[in-house]
Amino acid sequence: MYDVTIIGAGVVGSAVARELSRYQLNLCVLEKDEDVCSGTSKANSGIVHSGVDAKPGTLKAALNLSGSRMMEALALELDIPYRKNGSLIVCTNKEALPQLEALLERGRNNGVEGLKIISREEVISMEPNIADGVVAAIFAPTGGIICPFELTLGLAENAAINGAEFEFNSRVTNIQKENDYFIITTDKGAIKSRMVVNAAGVYADEVHNMVSHEKVKLQARRGNYFLLDKSAGSHTNKTIFQLPDKMGKGVLVTPTVHGNLMIGPTAVDIDDKEGTNTSREELDYIVGRSTLGIKDIPLRQVITSFAGLRAHEAGDDFIIQEAKDVKGLIDTIGIDSPGLTAAPAIGVMVTKMICDVLKPAEKTDFIPGRKGITRLFELSFEKRKELIDNDATYGNIICRCETVSEGEIREAIHRPLGAKSLDGIKRRTRAGMGRCQSGFCAPRVMEILKRELGMSMLDITKCGGDSKLVFNYNKDNL
Amino acid sequence: MTRKELICIRCPLGCAMEVIIDDEGIREIKGNSCKRGEEYARKEITDPVRTVTSTVRILGVEDMMLPVKTKEDIPKGKVMDCVKALKDVKVALPVRIGDVIIENIAGTGISVIATRTIES
Amino acid sequence: MKTYDLVIVGGGPAGLAAAVSARENGISNILMIERDKELGGILNQCIHNGFGLHTFKEELTGPEYAERYVDMIRELKIEFLLNTMVLDISEEKVITLVGKESGLLRICAKSIILAMGCRERPRGALNIPGFRPAGIFSAGTAQRLVNMEGYMPGREVVILGSGDIGLIMARRMTLEGAKVKVVAELMPYSGGLKRNIVQCLDDFSIPLKLNHTVIDIEGKERLEGVTLAKVGEDGRPIKGTEEYISCDTLLLSVGLIPENELSQEMGVEINTVTGGPLVNESLETNIKGVFACGNVLHVHDLVDFVSQEAAAAGKSAARYLKDDTEQSDKAGAIRMIPGSGVRYTVPNVIYPKNMEEKLTVRFRVDNIYKGCYVSVYANGEKISRRKRAIMLPGEMEEIILKREDIQSLTVPLELVIKVEEG
Repeated sequence: MYDVTIIGAGVVGSAVARELSRYQLNLCVLEKDEDVCSGTSKANSGIVHSGVDAKPGTLKAALNLSGSRMMEALALELDIPYRKNGSLIVCTNKEALPQLEALLERGRNNGVEGLKIISREEVISMEPNIADGVVAAIFAPTGGIICPFELTLGLAENAAINGAEFEFNSRVTNIQKENDYFIITTDKGAIKSRMVVNAAGVYADEVHNMVSHEKVKLQARRGNYFLLDKSAGSHTNKTIFQLPDKMGKGVLVTPTVHGNLMIGPTAVDIDDKEGTNTSREELDYIVGRSTLGIKDIPLRQVITSFAGLRAHEAGDDFIIQEAKDVKGLIDTIGIDSPGLTAAPAIGVMVTKMICDVLKPAEKTDFIPGRKGITRLFELSFEKRKELIDNDATYGNIICRCETVSEGEIREAIHRPLGAKSLDGIKRRTRAGMGRCQSGFCAPRVMEILKRELGMSMLDITKCGGDSKLVFNYNKDNL
Repeated sequence: MTRKELICIRCPLGCAMEVIIDDEGIREIKGNSCKRGEEYARKEITDPVRTVTSTVRILGVEDMMLPVKTKEDIPKGKVMDCVKALKDVKVALPVRIGDVIIENIAGTGISVIATRTIES
Repeated sequence: MKTYDLVIVGGGPAGLAAAVSARENGISNILMIERDKELGGILNQCIHNGFGLHTFKEELTGPEYAERYVDMIRELKIEFLLNTMVLDISEEKVITLVGKESGLLRICAKSIILAMGCRERPRGALNIPGFRPAGIFSAGTAQRLVNMEGYMPGREVVILGSGDIGLIMARRMTLEGAKVKVVAELMPYSGGLKRNIVQCLDDFSIPLKLNHTVIDIEGKERLEGVTLAKVGEDGRPIKGTEEYISCDTLLLSVGLIPENELSQEMGVEINTVTGGPLVNESLETNIKGVFACGNVLHVHDLVDFVSQEAAAAGKSAARYLKDDTEQSDKAGAIRMIPGSGVRYTVPNVIYPKNMEEKLTVRFRVDNIYKGCYVSVYANGEKISRRKRAIMLPGEMEEIILKREDIQSLTVPLELVIKVEEG
């Protein structure tokens, strides 16, 4: 019998698991895919929002603010790449200036620090590539950028080190409420749990509806993005937003914490909850809209485009509460933007709800810190040399675009919640994320996975499930 | 009289040739830049041949193939038989470039040889 | 820190030929650095024929061609490092390298030859919309998996791009038991050698669809199919021509990009048309004593020309080392300008005092030209004109300039190469 089962190992589920793992609780995290961070958490802007545009009085506003305040310390604690680069929300015509001022007011009401409106001249001094049509902007110094993979991984690994059990390839198919516990059935079997946290992203409505009669409906909203080569990474310094409209924050242009440039997203409502395909229309839209904020974006430097889905709830606010008709089910529903920023705060909020019920004792041996995978290219020459002299595999470069060594890839495989697929390695080490997009390193990474996990090459996948990379040996079909 | 157009594959120049054929056979070959081209055109019309390059497994070694080729051209119609015949071949190391891997592949009388040296 | 007279970055066909030539021209202290586990570069996975007709007067496969050079390297006792990657080259020619055997270390070089080759353009750079399932490979990656490791990336294949790598892989996949359904090519002409259309597509009845591209990709975990569409003259898909083709593998042969990150980081000036360094008649970059050759300089079609070019670079490096005071007299510089019909030339600048008796100028045209002339103009005056039966963008061309002709011209000088109608 578990004390708490968390459904979904995205950033919210992992944040909840991590906070709960401070207490003496039997925790289980059920994830339908083969790895953490496989859904919405994997494909978003990676922005730590300042909170300026959240609707005052909403959960989104409150949790955005606390999440953004927590992020710097959390990133240090869990060794996650994070940079408080600041945000600019630009206004592209004089008629919209009142809107800008209203947004500033809203931000101040939300408690966001350091906000001010700056003139075009001041914007240019910060951002030489600002579009010619920009007349003014709100400067939000508390805005930041983070790696969503590493944030999720960091939280999940820390939860695992502190005792949380993670079950992958375990899609929840049914939830039954007995008197004071739940029976949760997955495609791998059934478990019992006193409480359940629903952090199932775009599927949170379906999970909720499995056991509650007060049905919920989520809308999957797709966003496409472009990622540009690191040579374009300093085209902007700050994250550049445009004034938000009813569909969301609009197309932004931002450096990523790894040094790339990213533009996007779109906001298109779709029916297919696995519809993570990019579309010509959406990609063209991004190109058009991004130029309103920033000029001369070097689109020839695009190395890839991708799409992610967010769970949008019609009420436009997070629903984080115990299900009214199902005691013990804590829902986190409709966690679209600013979900990534709010995640650490959601973790704390949900944990409090659970502790109020279960009243668990705190662990005395909770390990709060985590060291991420060695980032070879960030070390000094001397430190790198020391590492390589100690372990020659750190001297064997596998991914030449991102300079990732065999040693780092082996770490990624053998850590708690270790990588089992090409994408798992990619998310943990960045091997395959560079300008050749794994063209060079894929066969080499496959060889390492094969050797370290004792797998057959024929079973190695891109991201679990049916995503096999090679089908058979030469001439098998002759 | 028929006219056949072909591209010579003997070298990367890929000369565009024209072969004029009548009841008695090949009357004229035009467009080649060398003798090999003329020979190619003749053969391609009457009895087309190809060199086959392929890979075979190495005994006791996974994830490494030995590249091989037919020592000379074989009839074009025998190409698939040739690769099928290589399917279950396993070569023991060491192997030197030029070593005969299989003689008389698919009944063509031509050997398949190694195209690289692998010591261990 | 150890100092070498010459360090060659890359042990593929360019690096190998440059090393042999440098040694034959008198340099003894040479180090070749190769990141793979063996010398030979891309030739090791090019198990097909067609190499060596110029160099060895024989038709060889890639591995055979490589082994000829590797044997020379061993005979000449030229030092090389394997499994070693160059991380950085400073403008003072201090090289930081890292490898399993060597660890992390720095060495000095008096001269450097850049021979890093190129990489393949990935799907992402083409912005093909759709899902991102497993089963999409650049043709070279698939080639490595099939030819070196013995694994088939799939059973039902669509290939985008009719350059040589795409065509060669069409045949390879077929001969290893897969079904290649179609080769789609964006342009109205194929980018590969005509012989490869015959022996890789026609021989197996694989259709080639020119003016076509992939506009959508289906399949969430593994590829299930692609949508092809015809494109108009503007390169945009034509509505109504969409065709869905079920397949489990998409191979992309959509361009090679010279791998010049190291070069750029050290301050080498790059030609934006080729993606490779700007070089003079000695294949020297803007940094004295740093030379470039092979695919890193411009993408070649035939390895024989790579070997020729690399041998010239090796010779130049040797000359530079013997007497680096042979100043390139900037006033005597001749700018090579690609005129109409010509996309680029290598070299970009000629110092006549440093020319050998004959200089090979390599170039590519920007379209198919039949029965045209390649003309060379010096300061507006035509100095030569040669007829070419056919010129294609996919086949590198060359003209020979004689030193005596060039030195007799008045400077300052601009030489323009252009294509003219008959």
